[in-house]
Order: sequence, then C-alpha cells, then structure tokens
Amino acid sequence: MTSDQPPRVELVGISKAFAGVPALDRVDFTLHPGEVHALLGENGAGKSTLIKIMTGALAADAGEMRLDGRAVAVGSTAEARALGISTVYQEVNLVPTLSVARNVTLGREPRRFGLISWRAAREKARARLKRLSLEIDVERALGSFPVAVQQLVAIARALEEDSRVLVLDEPTASLDAQETRLLFRILRDLKAQGMAVVFISHFLDQVYEISDRISVLRNGRLVGSAATAALPQRELITLMLGRELERVEQRAAAAPKAAGAPVLAAEKLGRRRWIEPFDLVLRAGEAIGLAGLLGSGRTETAKLIFGAVRADSGRLTLDGAPLGHASPRRALRRGIAFCPEDRKAEGLVLDLSVRENILLALQTKRGWLRPLPRDEQRRLAEAMIEALGIATSDAEKPVGQLSGGNQQKVVLARALASKPRVLVLDEPTRGIDVGAHAEIVALVRRLCAEGLALLVASSELDEIVAVSDRVAVLRDRRIVGEIAGAEITRETIIELIAGG
Amino acid sequence: MSVNQTIEVAPAPRTLGTRLRGLAGHRAVWPLLALALILAVNGLVSPGFFSIRVVEGRFFGSTIDILYRAMPTAMVALGMAVVIGSKGIDLSVGAIIAICGATIAWRIHAGDPHVVVLLWALGAGLLCGLWNGALVALLGIQPIVATLVLMVSGRGIGLMINLIYGGTNPSFESPFLQSLSVGHVGLIPTRLLLGAASFAALWLLLRRTALGLFIEAVGGNARAADLAGIGSRLVTYSAYLISGLTAGWAGVILTADTHISDPVSQGLYIELDAILAVVIGGGSLAGGRIHLGMTVIGTLIIQALATLILTSGVPPEYNLVVKAVVVLAVLLLQSDDARAALTRRNRARGSLGGGSPGGGSPGGGSPKGGRRR
Amino acid sequence: MRHLTWLGGAVAGGLMMLAGTQAFAVTIGFSQVGDEGDWRPAFSKDMQEEAKKEGIDLKFADAQGKQEEQLRAVRAFIAQQVDAIVIAPVVVTGWDQVLKEAKRAHIPVFLADRDVDVTDKSLYVTRISADFNLEGRLAGAWLAQASKGNCKIVELQGTTGSAPAIERHKGFETIIKEFPGMEIVKSQSGDFTTEGGKKVMEAFIKSTDNLKGICASFAHNDNMQLGAIQAMKEAGLNPGKDLLMVSVDYVPAMKKALAAGEANASVELRSAIGKYIYPVVLNYLKDKKPLPKWVVIPSDLHTAATPGS
Repeated sequence: MTSDQPPRVELVGISKAFAGVPALDRVDFTLHPGEVHALLGENGAGKSTLIKIMTGALAADAGEMRLDGRAVAVGSTAEARALGISTVYQEVNLVPTLSVARNVTLGREPRRFGLISWRAAREKARARLKRLSLEIDVERALGSFPVAVQQLVAIARALEEDSRVLVLDEPTASLDAQETRLLFRILRDLKAQGMAVVFISHFLDQVYEISDRISVLRNGRLVGSAATAALPQRELITLMLGRELERVEQRAAAAPKAAGAPVLAAEKLGRRRWIEPFDLVLRAGEAIGLAGLLGSGRTETAKLIFGAVRADSGRLTLDGAPLGHASPRRALRRGIAFCPEDRKAEGLVLDLSVRENILLALQTKRGWLRPLPRDEQRRLAEAMIEALGIATSDAEKPVGQLSGGNQQKVVLARALASKPRVLVLDEPTRGIDVGAHAEIVALVRRLCAEGLALLVASSELDEIVAVSDRVAVLRDRRIVGEIAGAEITRETIIELIAGG
Repeated sequence: MSVNQTIEVAPAPRTLGTRLRGLAGHRAVWPLLALALILAVNGLVSPGFFSIRVVEGRFFGSTIDILYRAMPTAMVALGMAVVIGSKGIDLSVGAIIAICGATIAWRIHAGDPHVVVLLWALGAGLLCGLWNGALVALLGIQPIVATLVLMVSGRGIGLMINLIYGGTNPSFESPFLQSLSVGHVGLIPTRLLLGAASFAALWLLLRRTALGLFIEAVGGNARAADLAGIGSRLVTYSAYLISGLTAGWAGVILTADTHISDPVSQGLYIELDAILAVVIGGGSLAGGRIHLGMTVIGTLIIQALATLILTSGVPPEYNLVVKAVVVLAVLLLQSDDARAALTRRNRARGSLGGGSPGGGSPGGGSPKGGRRR
Repeated sequence: MRHLTWLGGAVAGGLMMLAGTQAFAVTIGFSQVGDEGDWRPAFSKDMQEEAKKEGIDLKFADAQGKQEEQLRAVRAFIAQQVDAIVIAPVVVTGWDQVLKEAKRAHIPVFLADRDVDVTDKSLYVTRISADFNLEGRLAGAWLAQASKGNCKIVELQGTTGSAPAIERHKGFETIIKEFPGMEIVKSQSGDFTTEGGKKVMEAFIKSTDNLKGICASFAHNDNMQLGAIQAMKEAGLNPGKDLLMVSVDYVPAMKKALAAGEANASVELRSAIGKYIYPVVLNYLKDKKPLPKWVVIPSDLHTAATPGS
C-alpha cells in the first residue's frame, strides 16, 4: 500500500436513501492503486448500493467521489467505464450461445468503414484475454467453457485497455477451490500492474487470502476499515454482526428457565446442497437462536424445519410423533408458523389488504370451505394491529402501502393469528428502523414467555443474544455448536463462528 | 346536441364537492361513467332506445337487449376474471363454447332427456377446465400457452363431435333448452334471471368461502401464498375449473339461442371480449384481484357499444375501428396516469390562454370535457 | 393405372379389348380446399359421385384449408400425368409457379369456385363457378317483382370484405337502383352466422321501431336470415308476412322455413356442380377449343311456391 500517491478512488460522506429509508449513511471509502480492498457486510448492509454509486448505476444523495485526487461526477455506467472503472456483477451478464470473442466485444465491436470487423474483434478479444493469462479458442461458444473461464471472460470484457479500477461482486460464488486459485493468481497479476480492485465476498478465508484491506458496512454505515493483517477474524466478525442492542442485552431471564416439554424435534434432518443433517429440539416456552454469517445455512435450517423445503434425510417429530411429508400447509395445520426473511418476495401479497394478509394463514388452517366470518376477520385484524402496533390508517389498506417495519409486523401478525405452538422467524428485524426493531424483540420475548416454542434465525448477533435461551451456531451449512444459558454471549458465538 | 345533454348532468359533481371527489377515487366510477356515456349516445342515435314495452308477454326494448345479449359474454368474462385474478389467462373459452354446442346437438340427437343434455354440456365445459387446469397447475405450463392448446384444437373437437352422428352444423329442437335461452319468466327474459343467479352463485363461492381470497393471494404472490400454506396448485386449478364451467354455461345459452351447433363460428373471439371486459372493469392482467361486479359492467360497456355500432348506421367496414377507438377511450378514462396527463395539458393550455379544441383523439375528448365543466 | 394400361397395350395385343376401354377413361386430379361448412363436403361428394357416373378416374385430394397441401397435391397430379387438373383454390395468390409446371407437362388446369390471381391468364383454361353478382341480381329482381318496385330494405351482409358479400351486395344494388321506390335503409354485417343475423336483426327491430315501414330483409346467406327470422318471431313479428325475406344458399333449414311461410325466397348456391364442371373439362380434352375465362354455373331462385331442388 503505497500512500505517497493520491488514492485511486475516494468516496467521502456518501449517503443514499430509498423512499426515505436510508441505505447508506455518510460512508467514506478509499481505494489505492495496486491494492485489493475487500468490502464486507451482511445482506442489506449497503455493499451493493455503494458499488452502484461508485460505478454510476445510482446517484448518491450526498457526498463526493474523487478519482486520483480530482472530484468527478459519474452520471452513468458508461461514464464510469470511460473513467476507467470496470465492474463484474455477481450474475454473469454474458450470452452463452455466442462466441467468446463476441461476448468480449459485445456492443463495442471494432468497426471498419462502419461495418463490424470480425477479425479485429477476435484480435481484441485475444489481447484482452492474454492480459488475464488466458489463452483459449475465442471462436468457441462461451457456454462450452467451465464457469471459471466464463467468469474470467466477464472480467476480460469489463477491463478496458485503460481500466484502473476493477469491481468484483461475489466473483467466487460459483467457483470451486481450484478455479478460485486461478482467479486469485490473475488478480495478483492485475494488482502488480497497479490495478485497484474492490472485492466483495462472504467467504472470509478468501478475503484473508487475497485482500490487503477490509472495510465493513453494517446497516448503511461504515463500521470499520483496517489493513487485513491488522484485523483478526474474530474482530472482523464482531464488526459485521454489530452491537446495537446493548440496551436490550440485559437479559431478563438471567436465571435459566425451567424448559418445557419438547414440542418439535429434528432428528438427523438434512438436505443435500442445502444443509448438513442436524439434530435440534424446540421446547415450549423456549427460544432458540440460529446464528451464523451470511450463507452459513440459517435460512436453510429455518425453512427445513417449517417444511417450506423438503428434507431428503432424517425426520421431524411433533410431540414425539413423526410429522411425515413436509409442506407449509401441513405445518400450519399442526401449529407451526413461519415468517420468511424476504417479506416482499415470500411473505406478503402486496395488493391484498392488511386484514386479508393477516387472515391468510388462519384461513388456510380452517380450509377454504370454512371462511372466517367477516366480523371476526375485522376483529382479528384490529386486535393484531393494536397488539403489534401496526401503523396503518385502517385494516383495508393494501399492505404494499405500509412501511417496511409495519409490513414485517403484518407477516408476524399472520403467523400469530394462526395460533401456532411453534413459531419460526427468519430475520424478524431485517431492514426495519430501530424503534420497530426493539418492539419486535420485546414481542418475541413476550410470546416465548407465553409458552410458544420459538426458532429465531438472525444475522444480528445482539438480537440472538437478546432473545435466545439456546443458540445453535452455523458455519458452512452445518451446525457447529450449541450453547445455552450463561454461555450465550457475543464472544462465545463469534468464537464458534470463527471456528475457534 | 350532445353538449346540452352532458351539461345538464354535469353540475351535480361540483356542488357536492369533496364528497364526490372522494368517490371519484373509487374504482367503479370511471367504468360506470363510460357506460352511462355510451348509453346516452345510444339514446341520442335511436330515439326509442330507453323505452321498454311489453311484447309477446315480456319486456322488450334496446336496454333489455343489451342485458340479454351481454349475458353469455358476461358469464365467460366472470370466469375469465377469476382466471386472471389467479395471474393466468384462459384463451380457450370460445373453443369450449363450440365444444358445448356440439355436445348439446350430439346428445339431443342421441335421444337423451334434455335436462341430461344440459348436464352433458356443463360437464363438457368442466372437463375442458380440468384439462386446462392440469396443464397450468400440474404441469406448470404458462397459461397463455396451455390454454392456446385447447383454443386451437377445441373447434376441431367440436367438428369431430358433430361427425359422431355424421352431420355438419346440425340443428336441433329443444323446447327446454330454448326456454332457458330465449324464454321468459313473467315479463323477464329467463336468461337474465339465470345470469343473475349464476352471478350470485359465483359471488357466494368466491366471497362466502375463502376461495376468492386464496385465488387472489396466489395471483398476487404465489410464493408467499404457498408459504402461508395455501396450496397454490389446487387453487390455480380451481380457477380454470370455474372458467370452464362458466364458458360451458355460456355455450348452452348461445347454442340454445340459435338451436344449431356451429363449431367453426360459435363463440369466435369471445375470449377477447371477455378479457376486454375484465380489463375495462378495472382488472389488471398482472393478477391478484377479482372484481366480479366490475367485470359485468365491462361486459355491458362492450355490449352497449356493439348495439350502438349496429344501430348508428356506421358502415360495417368501420365497425372494428370504431370499437377499438371507444375501448381505448374507456381504458384511458380509467387510467389515473392518462387522466393526470390530460389535466396537466389542460392546465398548460389554460395558462397559455389557448382553448382551441383542435387536438386530442375523439376518445380523449370526453374525460377532458367532463373535467372542465 | 395409365402406365399399367399403356404397358399392357404394348406387351400383349390380346389384352387390347380390356386396355381399349381403359385407354379412353380420363383421369382427373381434383384438389379441394377442405370440408369447412355444409357446402364444401356436399360439393366434394357430388364431384366424386358425378365422376363415377361419367366413368372418370378421379384423384381427390383434400388440402385441409392449406395452400401448401394444395400445391403438393397439384405437383403429385403432374407427376402422375393426369389428363386434367381441377383446383378449388384456398387463396387467390401464389399459383404462378405450379400452374407453369402443369403447363410445361401439357396438363390443362380448371378452376372451380374461387378465382386465382396469376399474371398469365393462359395458365388455366377457365374458371367454372357460380356468379355471386348474379345471385344478388336474382334476389333483387325477385324482390322488385314481389314488392312491385316499392320497398324499404334491411340488408344482412356477409363477412365484411369477403367476395360473396361484396358481389351479392353489388348485384342486388344494380337491380334495385332501377326502381326509385326501392332503397336499402339499414345494412350491417352478420358475419354469415345465425347468431350474427339474429343480433343484427334484433338491433334493426329496435332502431326502426319494430321495422315500421320496412318491407323486406335481404340476407347474404340463409344462416343469417334464419337468425333474423328467430329475432322477428321473438319480437312478435311475422317473418314472411310482415317482411319479405329473401336470401342466398337454399340450405335444408331454409327449405323448411320456406315451406312454413317464414321466408319467401332463396337463391340456390348449388353444391351439386360436378355435372357442370365435368362436361366443360371433357369437351376441352376432346377438342382443345379455347374457352372464355369464366364459365358461369346457372343460379336458381326458390320460393315457397317452387319447392324441391
């Protein structure tokens, strides 16, 4: 890291909000030539927003961007490219049926007398691939090459001759170990040529292998930036998982509760490429937390227990009796409810009213032939709106018009309306403001006290610590440890995640 | 002439002020306004339009005719509204009508009691729905493709059924079926009573059970509905069954009307009118909502328009273009964006001091006029 | 068959008797559109029956409404070296190439029913068909006579833009123009269907105050007229008495309506036209005398008074 020359890219005080919800809050980011700078954070931390601002896909609400010390305004991705900033997105945006040469030059074909010169295109493609030490037949269809090569072709396509900044969003997500090594070799070459690289990944080992510097975002804020060598893995995880709920952290139930009877038990439950077989017992009046980093298998575990996804090994028992073939309907009928992580895609029907959304699970339980009478529907909806403090003008408002936190409460209300004995919550506080956050945490604890068996998957470590009586810690799609009672602290969880 | 007519109606909204402005936000207002406008123009074109007399022991008049003619299309459109609510579409309804017509002629010639023939016809419609539902809900084929299969083959199936007893376009006599279609109970045409009863039955099925809610949930967000425990496949399936049944019912009425099975032309393009009725009634092709009442109003708009074209003396060559223009106008009238754009333009024009009525399509003219007064 | 006969004649004179009778038998290839509606199948059936009667070896090909099938059939006929080809074309365009092939093979081509649009009219011998215009004129003439030249008419047109609709309308108009007292007061398309005819007539009834002052209904086909008859009956009117009902086709249901006095006249669209087509073809094969480009099949008008076919 040579600091005698100005940083290649400098972002100062960048803020961005979507429909009033802040996605980035005064973020600073500095990228030097010849360094690989890892950008880390959980889902929704603001990584992709920051990249999009850097590459001209989004405009910042406030803040300044400097390139080699000069302030620049990047109005579009084309302008960013012209300034030498190249991006490779997570999904490979290439056409597998076209040749490598065509993919590399697509939209920027060299022309002679106004016509595309295919020979020049091939030359150009070869030259660019050579820069990545890749020598392949550029006339073959892209789809006939392994994913790693396709990924490299995508990088070749992104790299203009005068590229000075390369942004890689999860480049190794679909690569195996050997392919990753190939990519890293090339990244080191580029680095040696003075390229500045932004590297986004949730594989911490890779981050430590390739990066020179790490910046961590959480809830739209920069929570830390340090040289990789100076940042131990445990400290990094601490940064990523945050400490915002210290207020709630004074656990009411410091004394271990008398655990109720087992309600739901998973025995060697698992699914290939989804989650390793695990054992887990949920008891009445007990909350179990699922902790782990992004991609560690939190959501997968929750969905398998609810039956949204079918297991291919092991079994689930309810009150000691096997539950049989899993489906959301069966789970609901047996008293298991689920609040999915992605409330817009999986939770709510946005065009339907608050009342109708709250009603859905209970109505499913009753069956279509026994509709809940209109009066009771209204009473139920109003009771839930009051109990959870859902801010809406009335129960007939389409749920799509509510704010994120209130939508989340509607998802929760739906689950509660079905009067479950077991409640599975996946990221119950994702993307909602701090006030609603605390309310939901308090609510979860109250429910638990009322005898509900709870399973809470969360990326917020403090939330896990605050609500859980027991915590199952996941790493790499495997439950690596279970802790209970006084053992539940941020430190022990982080140690388990870090593999200590 | 038409200006005078509308001016008399217009002052009311202004004096009632804000309450009516709130009402204007209601989705029923614009289609109802469009229907009223088309009926008013009808009244201007043919003087006796609104008169209802008693002829041959039943009500007789153009307004009755519109209801009468709209009934089969309304049945089809109601089924279509359900399918569209589930985020699907059923292009095969016209072909289902042809199949039902052929089934009726076949069973009557086979000597079945005519009540049994009715069950055969409805059964044929249900069977078609079963087929469509299987393709869409079980095999996961896109609705537009899946129902295209029956749309294309259905008329051929009708012709094949005709061939069972060696006839093409067979006619038949069935006092029972004809009484359903062209008969009357007291002064009221039977098919209007049947239409009202069918509407009520469908409404009860959708709104007095949870089926309507489930279909809307699946149409709005199938993934979320599944996670809420609603089996989206079965629910989707039910939508196509309903559509098959309503199309079959329309087939009975249409076939008994002309007492002939004509698979090539019976119910031809009715799927387009049905889709149009749903859309004019404010339904979105993106699914997630079922508006039964508004769909009926959409059908009435289309039928009132058809009557207007038939009686206005427009040369037949212009029929389709006139229909397209009016439909476009109705859709623009309904669209919040289009209305907003028109108001903006009006304001801009007002500030420039220009008021020339030169611009604008004939369709664009009516909402604009309504607003200015 | 022809090849076999020819071989037989060359090889064994003893078979001359048998071969002789066969050698005079004419082979005709007939490419039919398909079997839509009532009229086409009846036409096909008649062509086959008449061929049997005339001792013609008829090769029948059903194109299922597709021109490509029809082109394939014609090429097959050419390959089989038939004596003549009769085509009932699906569409009017796209015939030049295949007709040239037939001409090169010296096989005369006759058109039945619809016309084709070719640059070189010598590519086919003649077209044998009914005359839609004549049908319109016949209907008009009958009506002029029945109403004594004084009549306000409602017209149920066929599918807008179709040849029969255009020509029947034109023919009808040329006649009634001659009578100052005759006038078409309402005209709408009923798409040639019963349902369409019924709908249109219902609207006419309403817009003319129960057909006040109207004296006749002219429908471009019987199906529409049958629908109109239903509509009138449901409105308490007497078709055939309150209004003169004249249409084209003479389908079985219309015969019944004529007998019941609910319709007054129908111009027959003959389906049994084999007996008009074959003589033209056979005569041409015999003397090769050029024919006018259109041989019209006569049309008959039937009224309640002249039942039977």
